[in-house]
Amino acid sequence: MKKVEAIIRHHKLEDVKGALNEMGVHGMTVSEVQGYGRQKGHTENYRGAEYSVDFVPKHKIEIICSDGNLQLVIDTILKSAQTGQIGDGKLFIYDVKQAIRIRTGEMGEDAV
Amino acid sequence: MRTFVRRALSLCALLLLVSTVTLTLAQDGPQVPDDLPVGSPDVAEMIEQDASAGEGLDTGDNAWMLMSSALVLLMTAPGLAMFYSGLVRRKNVLSVMMQCLFLMGLMTVVWALWGYSLSFGGSDPYLGNMDYLFMNNVQSHYDANAGEIITPLEGTIPRYTHMLFQGMFFIITPALICGAFAERMKFSSMALFSVLWGTFVYCPLCHWVWDGGILFYGGDASIAGGALDFAGGTVVHISSGISALMCALLIGNRLGFGNDDMRPHNLTYTTLGAGLLWFGWFGFNAGSALSANGLAANAFAVTHFSAAAGAVAWAAMEWIGHGKPSVLGCASGAVAGLVCITPAAGFVLPMPALLMGAIAGAVCYWAVIRLKHQLRYDDSLDAFGVHGIGGTLGAILTGVFATRHVFGEAEGEPIGLYEGGGISLLIGQIVAVGITILYSVVITLILLKAIDFLIGLRVPQESEIRGLDLAEHGEEGYIFN
Repeated sequence: MKKVEAIIRHHKLEDVKGALNEMGVHGMTVSEVQGYGRQKGHTENYRGAEYSVDFVPKHKIEIICSDGNLQLVIDTILKSAQTGQIGDGKLFIYDVKQAIRIRTGEMGEDAV
Repeated sequence: MRTFVRRALSLCALLLLVSTVTLTLAQDGPQVPDDLPVGSPDVAEMIEQDASAGEGLDTGDNAWMLMSSALVLLMTAPGLAMFYSGLVRRKNVLSVMMQCLFLMGLMTVVWALWGYSLSFGGSDPYLGNMDYLFMNNVQSHYDANAGEIITPLEGTIPRYTHMLFQGMFFIITPALICGAFAERMKFSSMALFSVLWGTFVYCPLCHWVWDGGILFYGGDASIAGGALDFAGGTVVHISSGISALMCALLIGNRLGFGNDDMRPHNLTYTTLGAGLLWFGWFGFNAGSALSANGLAANAFAVTHFSAAAGAVAWAAMEWIGHGKPSVLGCASGAVAGLVCITPAAGFVLPMPALLMGAIAGAVCYWAVIRLKHQLRYDDSLDAFGVHGIGGTLGAILTGVFATRHVFGEAEGEPIGLYEGGGISLLIGQIVAVGITILYSVVITLILLKAIDFLIGLRVPQESEIRGLDLAEHGEEGYIFN
């Protein structure tokens, strides 16, 4: 099993969710996050005073999938979250040792 | 030392209250003075023409003036309270709202006790008198000879109404200054400063410009012919704007000014506040006709046009200069346009008003965006940049665009520079601006130095970092649980 963590633009969340649903991924965790990458935030101007805002708001989605589905999940997210502009976000992939459904006690891929 | 001063001040306040009650009880029945001061000479003429029986109450005028009074009060809170509070950091949101709300109370008390009398009492060119002290000669009284209740009139409206309307100006003017020392001045010092400033700066200026004093247009004692100031360009905006700059300079910049994040914490408040100011300004300017007549209609129209042009001009400047027209810029531009047209509202036609608003939007934009940052003074919420600069601009442009088509006293002769009336009016306007600036600077500095010596102007550093909401009022603006 793998965990895919994707930092994406706010307005791309619906596209990513829809595309993943279509390919059979029905579970995900979404959270509001703030951060910066290579683009280093942005500046705002209030009556001539410029303020640099380091942390840009993004959405983080977390998905657990089987090893066999991993490439498809990655491709789907890349395709649906991409705009080609700076600030599209990042994907991180982790190994998952175990998953357990609390309600039934099911383990492994059955629990996902 | 400071404890002693606090006690002394408390004692003075107590004595004042006692003397008020004593004097009020001891009065020998109100005496109505012969002279009936009104805002400006053309207004006096309009009132005379409109009053069907010469002297007498006009219910239409009174209805409009009561409504205007309420509109002007609306400008202070919620208007100014929201406009200013959105511009400060969240830890100071209540402190600014409190300043506006508290001044509605405090300045009203001062106005009722002595402010109205010092502003509109008597005909001395330098000072008001005690005719209306404690609302004498304003309040109704039972006349045993006539067998009826007499309510003193001011033209076609009760003197009550005139007093209330003018009192709303007295409230908002020191509230405007709060924008310069926001986020760092002690609440007690702000209260004391406002009372003294209202008494020693506002009241004399009001008397000079609107009650036959040394800046009254066409008066016998007028310097350089006096100035046209329909609704408070000199009395309200230049005086408060210049005093605001003095406050900002003397109290010093906020901690971390230029380095820390001092972004407005809630521009939605500011935008709604600007809308309420625009709305209330119709009472401010159109009410200054003191009558529901054609002059009021003209003032209403030019006020609206100038605000509109100001909003568009400031936004356009930002669009060109920064690539995006900001909401804050649009709101600021509207206020700049409103400030600029204020002295001219009863003297100019709509097309010059559009031009005046546009000029105000552009010039105030320059003052706030460039001048302030070049000179590095911390006029926190741009009270000087918008009111001082906009008011000065408006007063001078009144000398350019005032026209016989609106201004009744001109008797058909051209008056403003633009319509070929020569530069005499313009000179009168500039001299009045100069005197207002000089007087405001000197008295404000004296008052600030005295208060600083007595009780201090600025909160301790720790309180400033913690925020004035908690440090000065023990409350928080936002508790989201």
